[in-house]
Amino acid sequence: MKFEIFVTLKKEVLDPQGKAVEGAIKNLGLNSISNIRQGKYFTLEINEQEQSKALSQAEEACKKLLANLTIEEYQIRKLD
Amino acid sequence: MKASVIVFPGSNCDRDVQVALEKFQISTTMVWHQDTSLPKCDLIVLPGGFSYGDYLRCGSMASKSKVMNEVIKFANKGGYVFGICNGFQILTETGLLPGALLRNYKLKFICKDICVKTTNNQTPFTNKISVQKILTIPIAHNEGNYFASQEEINTLKENNQIVFQYCDVDGNISDQSNPNGSILNIAGIVNKNKNVLGMMPHPERVIDQILGGTDGQEIFKSLL
Repeated sequence: MKFEIFVTLKKEVLDPQGKAVEGAIKNLGLNSISNIRQGKYFTLEINEQEQSKALSQAEEACKKLLANLTIEEYQIRKLD
Repeated sequence: MKASVIVFPGSNCDRDVQVALEKFQISTTMVWHQDTSLPKCDLIVLPGGFSYGDYLRCGSMASKSKVMNEVIKFANKGGYVFGICNGFQILTETGLLPGALLRNYKLKFICKDICVKTTNNQTPFTNKISVQKILTIPIAHNEGNYFASQEEINTLKENNQIVFQYCDVDGNISDQSNPNGSILNIAGIVNKNKNVLGMMPHPERVIDQILGGTDGQEIFKSLL
Protein backbone atom coordinates (compact mmCIF):
# COMPACT_ATOMS: atom_id res chain seq x y z
CA MET A 1 0.00 0.00 0.00
CA LYS A 2 1.29 3.44 -0.88
CA PHE A 3 0.83 6.48 1.28
CA GLU A 4 1.79 10.13 1.19
CA ILE A 5 2.55 12.14 4.30
CA PHE A 6 2.59 15.89 4.73
CA VAL A 7 4.43 17.41 7.68
CA THR A 8 3.91 21.10 8.37
CA LEU A 9 4.66 23.52 11.16
CA LYS A 10 1.75 24.10 13.56
CA LYS A 11 -0.17 27.32 12.97
CA GLU A 12 1.21 28.94 16.12
CA VAL A 13 4.83 28.26 15.12
CA LEU A 14 6.46 31.01 13.09
CA ASP A 15 7.71 29.83 9.69
CA PRO A 16 10.48 32.21 8.59
CA GLN A 17 11.16 30.15 5.43
CA GLY A 18 7.53 30.45 4.38
CA LYS A 19 7.75 34.19 5.04
CA ALA A 20 10.89 34.52 2.88
CA VAL A 21 9.25 32.55 0.06
CA GLU A 22 6.21 34.80 0.35
CA GLY A 23 8.44 37.87 -0.01
CA ALA A 24 9.93 36.43 -3.22
CA ILE A 25 6.46 35.57 -4.56
CA LYS A 26 5.42 39.18 -3.97
CA ASN A 27 8.51 40.29 -5.95
CA LEU A 28 7.12 38.33 -8.90
CA GLY A 29 4.09 40.57 -8.76
CA LEU A 30 1.79 37.80 -7.55
CA ASN A 31 0.24 40.02 -4.92
CA SER A 32 -2.87 37.93 -4.31
CA ILE A 33 -0.82 35.08 -2.83
CA SER A 34 -0.36 35.14 0.93
CA ASN A 35 0.06 32.95 4.03
CA ILE A 36 2.69 30.68 2.52
CA ARG A 37 3.78 27.89 4.85
CA GLN A 38 6.54 25.49 3.91
CA GLY A 39 6.49 21.81 4.83
CA LYS A 40 7.79 18.35 4.02
CA TYR A 41 6.33 15.67 1.78
CA PHE A 42 7.03 11.92 2.02
CA THR A 43 5.80 8.97 -0.01
CA LEU A 44 6.16 5.46 1.34
CA GLU A 45 5.10 1.88 0.76
CA ILE A 46 3.89 -0.39 3.54
CA ASN A 47 3.85 -4.11 3.07
CA GLU A 48 0.58 -4.98 4.86
CA GLN A 49 -2.68 -6.47 3.62
CA GLU A 50 -5.01 -4.64 6.00
CA GLN A 51 -5.30 -0.90 5.61
CA SER A 52 -5.81 -0.32 9.33
CA LYS A 53 -2.51 -2.07 10.13
CA ALA A 54 -0.69 -0.08 7.48
CA LEU A 55 -2.18 3.17 8.74
CA SER A 56 -1.19 2.49 12.31
CA GLN A 57 2.41 1.95 11.18
CA ALA A 58 2.37 5.18 9.21
CA GLU A 59 1.00 6.94 12.32
CA GLU A 60 3.76 5.49 14.45
CA ALA A 61 6.41 6.58 11.92
CA CYS A 62 4.99 10.12 12.00
CA LYS A 63 4.80 10.34 15.77
CA LYS A 64 8.21 8.84 16.45
CA LEU A 65 10.31 10.31 13.65
CA LEU A 66 8.82 12.04 10.61
CA ALA A 67 7.16 14.83 12.61
CA ASN A 68 8.18 16.55 15.84
CA LEU A 69 4.83 17.02 17.55
CA THR A 70 6.16 19.90 19.63
CA ILE A 71 6.29 22.06 16.51
CA GLU A 72 4.72 20.09 13.65
CA GLU A 73 1.56 18.30 12.61
CA TYR A 74 1.06 15.62 9.95
CA GLN A 75 -1.52 14.30 7.50
CA ILE A 76 -1.49 10.80 6.04
CA ARG A 77 -3.25 10.00 2.76
CA LYS A 78 -3.59 6.68 0.98
CA LEU A 79 -2.46 6.64 -2.64
CA ASP A 80 -4.23 4.32 -5.08
CA MET B 1 34.90 12.21 37.37
CA LYS B 2 34.63 10.17 34.17
CA ALA B 3 32.93 11.27 30.98
CA SER B 4 31.77 9.67 27.75
CA VAL B 5 31.46 11.71 24.56
CA ILE B 6 29.02 10.23 22.05
CA VAL B 7 30.24 10.44 18.46
CA PHE B 8 27.64 10.49 15.69
CA PRO B 9 28.35 10.56 11.96
CA GLY B 10 28.71 14.31 11.41
CA SER B 11 29.74 15.28 14.95
CA ASN B 12 32.54 17.82 14.69
CA CYS B 13 33.04 19.22 18.20
CA ASP B 14 33.62 15.83 19.82
CA ARG B 15 37.39 16.19 20.01
CA ASP B 16 37.18 19.82 21.15
CA VAL B 17 35.01 18.81 24.07
CA GLN B 18 37.35 15.94 24.87
CA VAL B 19 40.25 18.42 25.09
CA ALA B 20 38.13 20.65 27.34
CA LEU B 21 37.14 17.78 29.68
CA GLU B 22 40.68 16.48 29.93
CA LYS B 23 42.01 19.94 30.70
CA PHE B 24 40.02 19.62 33.93
CA GLN B 25 41.25 16.06 34.60
CA ILE B 26 37.93 14.49 33.58
CA SER B 27 38.98 11.22 31.92
CA THR B 28 37.07 10.85 28.69
CA THR B 29 36.05 7.93 26.50
CA MET B 30 34.70 8.41 23.00
CA VAL B 31 31.61 6.25 22.34
CA TRP B 32 30.37 5.44 18.83
CA HIS B 33 26.65 5.96 18.24
CA GLN B 34 26.06 2.32 17.26
CA ASP B 35 27.38 0.99 20.57
CA THR B 36 24.74 -0.66 22.70
CA SER B 37 26.41 -0.13 26.07
CA LEU B 38 28.09 2.77 27.80
CA PRO B 39 31.36 2.69 29.71
CA LYS B 40 30.99 3.41 33.43
CA CYS B 41 30.89 7.17 33.73
CA ASP B 42 29.37 10.12 35.60
CA LEU B 43 28.80 12.42 32.64
CA ILE B 44 27.72 11.96 29.04
CA VAL B 45 28.38 14.72 26.52
CA LEU B 46 26.47 15.01 23.26
CA PRO B 47 28.79 17.21 21.21
CA GLY B 48 28.13 19.85 18.58
CA GLY B 49 28.17 19.18 14.87
CA PHE B 50 25.80 18.14 12.14
CA SER B 51 24.78 14.61 13.05
CA TYR B 52 23.40 12.80 9.99
CA GLY B 53 23.92 15.98 7.98
CA ASP B 54 20.96 17.59 9.81
CA TYR B 55 18.67 15.48 7.58
CA LEU B 56 14.93 15.59 8.35
CA ARG B 57 15.34 17.81 11.45
CA CYS B 58 18.53 18.64 13.34
CA GLY B 59 19.21 15.86 15.83
CA SER B 60 16.19 13.76 14.83
CA MET B 61 18.08 10.74 13.45
CA ALA B 62 20.75 10.87 16.15
CA SER B 63 18.02 10.78 18.80
CA LYS B 64 16.96 7.36 17.44
CA SER B 65 20.46 5.85 17.31
CA LYS B 66 21.21 2.72 19.35
CA VAL B 67 23.34 4.32 22.02
CA MET B 68 20.65 6.89 22.83
CA ASN B 69 18.52 4.22 24.53
CA GLU B 70 21.35 3.85 27.04
CA VAL B 71 21.78 7.62 27.33
CA ILE B 72 18.07 8.00 28.15
CA LYS B 73 18.29 5.28 30.82
CA PHE B 74 21.42 6.92 32.24
CA ALA B 75 19.68 10.33 32.40
CA ASN B 76 16.58 8.83 34.02
CA LYS B 77 18.79 7.32 36.72
CA GLY B 78 20.18 10.79 37.50
CA GLY B 79 23.44 10.68 35.51
CA TYR B 80 24.67 14.01 34.15
CA VAL B 81 23.98 14.59 30.45
CA PHE B 82 25.32 17.69 28.71
CA GLY B 83 24.26 18.55 25.14
CA ILE B 84 26.03 21.36 23.32
CA CYS B 85 24.51 22.88 20.15
CA ASN B 86 23.60 19.83 18.04
CA GLY B 87 23.67 17.94 21.36
CA PHE B 88 20.95 20.28 22.67
CA GLN B 89 18.90 19.62 19.51
CA ILE B 90 19.32 15.86 20.06
CA LEU B 91 18.17 16.18 23.69
CA THR B 92 14.96 17.94 22.65
CA GLU B 93 14.36 15.30 19.96
CA THR B 94 14.71 12.50 22.54
CA GLY B 95 12.30 14.29 24.88
CA LEU B 96 14.88 14.52 27.68
CA LEU B 97 14.45 18.29 27.39
CA PRO B 98 11.21 20.06 26.43
CA GLY B 99 10.71 22.23 23.35
CA ALA B 100 12.45 22.32 19.97
CA LEU B 101 15.08 24.35 18.12
CA LEU B 102 13.78 26.03 14.99
CA ARG B 103 15.53 27.80 12.13
CA ASN B 104 17.05 31.10 13.25
CA TYR B 105 14.53 33.89 12.91
CA LYS B 106 16.58 35.65 10.21
CA LEU B 107 17.37 32.38 8.37
CA LYS B 108 21.12 32.89 8.69
CA PHE B 109 23.79 30.65 10.12
CA ILE B 110 25.28 32.68 12.98
CA CYS B 111 28.88 32.19 14.08
CA LYS B 112 29.99 34.81 16.61
CA ASP B 113 30.74 35.52 20.23
CA ILE B 114 27.63 36.36 22.23
CA CYS B 115 26.88 37.08 25.88
CA VAL B 116 24.68 34.91 28.05
CA LYS B 117 23.48 35.57 31.56
CA THR B 118 23.65 32.69 34.03
CA THR B 119 20.13 32.82 35.41
CA ASN B 120 20.34 29.63 37.46
CA ASN B 121 23.46 28.50 39.32
CA GLN B 122 21.66 25.76 41.28
CA THR B 123 22.62 23.05 38.80
CA PRO B 124 25.58 20.65 38.66
CA PHE B 125 26.71 22.47 35.50
CA THR B 126 26.67 26.02 36.87
CA ASN B 127 27.19 25.74 40.62
CA LYS B 128 30.58 27.50 40.57
CA ILE B 129 29.25 30.45 38.53
CA SER B 130 27.90 33.41 40.46
CA VAL B 131 24.24 33.96 39.66
CA GLN B 132 23.52 36.61 36.98
CA LYS B 133 27.14 36.37 35.78
CA ILE B 134 27.57 37.27 32.13
CA LEU B 135 29.66 34.83 30.09
CA THR B 136 31.03 35.43 26.60
CA ILE B 137 30.78 32.22 24.59
CA PRO B 138 30.57 31.67 20.83
CA ILE B 139 27.50 30.35 19.05
CA ALA B 140 27.63 28.61 15.66
CA HIS B 141 24.24 27.44 14.50
CA ASN B 142 21.46 27.71 11.96
CA GLU B 143 18.74 26.18 14.16
CA GLY B 144 19.02 27.69 17.61
CA ASN B 145 15.68 29.43 17.86
CA TYR B 146 14.25 27.87 21.01
CA PHE B 147 10.53 27.19 20.88
CA ALA B 148 8.17 25.57 23.36
CA SER B 149 4.45 25.81 24.01
CA GLN B 150 3.27 28.44 26.48
CA GLU B 151 2.49 25.65 28.94
CA GLU B 152 6.03 24.27 28.66
CA ILE B 153 7.51 27.76 29.04
CA ASN B 154 5.46 28.27 32.21
CA THR B 155 6.74 24.96 33.57
CA LEU B 156 10.34 25.95 32.74
CA LYS B 157 9.88 29.19 34.67
CA GLU B 158 8.13 27.61 37.66
CA ASN B 159 10.86 24.99 38.06
CA ASN B 160 13.70 27.43 37.45
CA GLN B 161 14.89 25.39 34.46
CA ILE B 162 16.16 28.30 32.37
CA VAL B 163 19.92 28.40 32.91
CA PHE B 164 21.34 30.75 30.24
CA GLN B 165 19.68 33.67 28.45
CA TYR B 166 21.14 35.75 25.63
CA CYS B 167 21.95 39.28 26.81
CA ASP B 168 24.07 42.27 25.87
CA VAL B 169 27.44 43.11 27.45
CA ASP B 170 25.63 44.92 30.27
CA GLY B 171 23.37 41.96 30.96
CA ASN B 172 20.16 43.32 29.42
CA ILE B 173 17.97 40.50 28.15
CA SER B 174 16.16 42.10 25.22
CA ASP B 175 15.11 41.58 21.60
CA GLN B 176 18.28 43.40 20.52
CA SER B 177 20.43 40.87 22.36
CA ASN B 178 18.49 37.89 21.00
CA PRO B 179 20.52 36.50 18.08
CA ASN B 180 18.13 33.86 16.80
CA GLY B 181 14.56 34.58 17.94
CA SER B 182 14.50 32.19 20.93
CA ILE B 183 11.53 32.56 23.28
CA LEU B 184 12.65 34.49 26.40
CA ASN B 185 16.17 34.68 24.87
CA ILE B 186 16.69 31.09 26.00
CA ALA B 187 20.22 29.83 25.32
CA GLY B 188 20.24 26.87 27.70
CA ILE B 189 17.86 24.86 29.88
CA VAL B 190 17.95 21.94 32.30
CA ASN B 191 15.38 19.20 32.88
CA LYS B 192 13.24 19.18 36.03
CA ASN B 193 15.79 17.09 37.94
CA LYS B 194 18.61 19.46 36.84
CA ASN B 195 20.84 16.59 35.69
CA VAL B 196 20.41 17.23 31.94
CA LEU B 197 21.65 20.51 30.40
CA GLY B 198 21.26 21.61 26.79
CA MET B 199 22.77 24.84 25.50
CA MET B 200 23.39 26.36 22.07
CA PRO B 201 26.64 28.28 22.88
CA HIS B 202 29.92 26.33 22.76
CA PRO B 203 31.76 26.53 26.11
CA GLU B 204 34.39 24.04 24.89
CA ARG B 205 35.60 26.70 22.44
CA VAL B 206 36.54 29.15 25.21
CA ILE B 207 38.55 27.17 27.74
CA ASP B 208 41.95 28.71 27.14
CA GLN B 209 43.25 32.21 26.49
CA ILE B 210 44.95 30.86 23.38
CA LEU B 211 41.47 30.13 21.98
CA GLY B 212 40.33 33.69 22.65
CA GLY B 213 38.53 33.30 25.96
CA THR B 214 38.14 31.35 29.17
CA ASP B 215 34.50 31.84 30.17
CA GLY B 216 33.64 28.28 29.13
CA GLN B 217 35.90 26.98 31.90
CA GLU B 218 33.31 27.87 34.51
CA ILE B 219 30.94 25.16 33.31
CA PHE B 220 33.58 22.44 33.28
CA LYS B 221 34.84 23.55 36.72
CA SER B 222 31.28 23.34 38.07
CA LEU B 223 31.11 19.68 37.02
CA LEU B 224 34.13 18.71 39.11
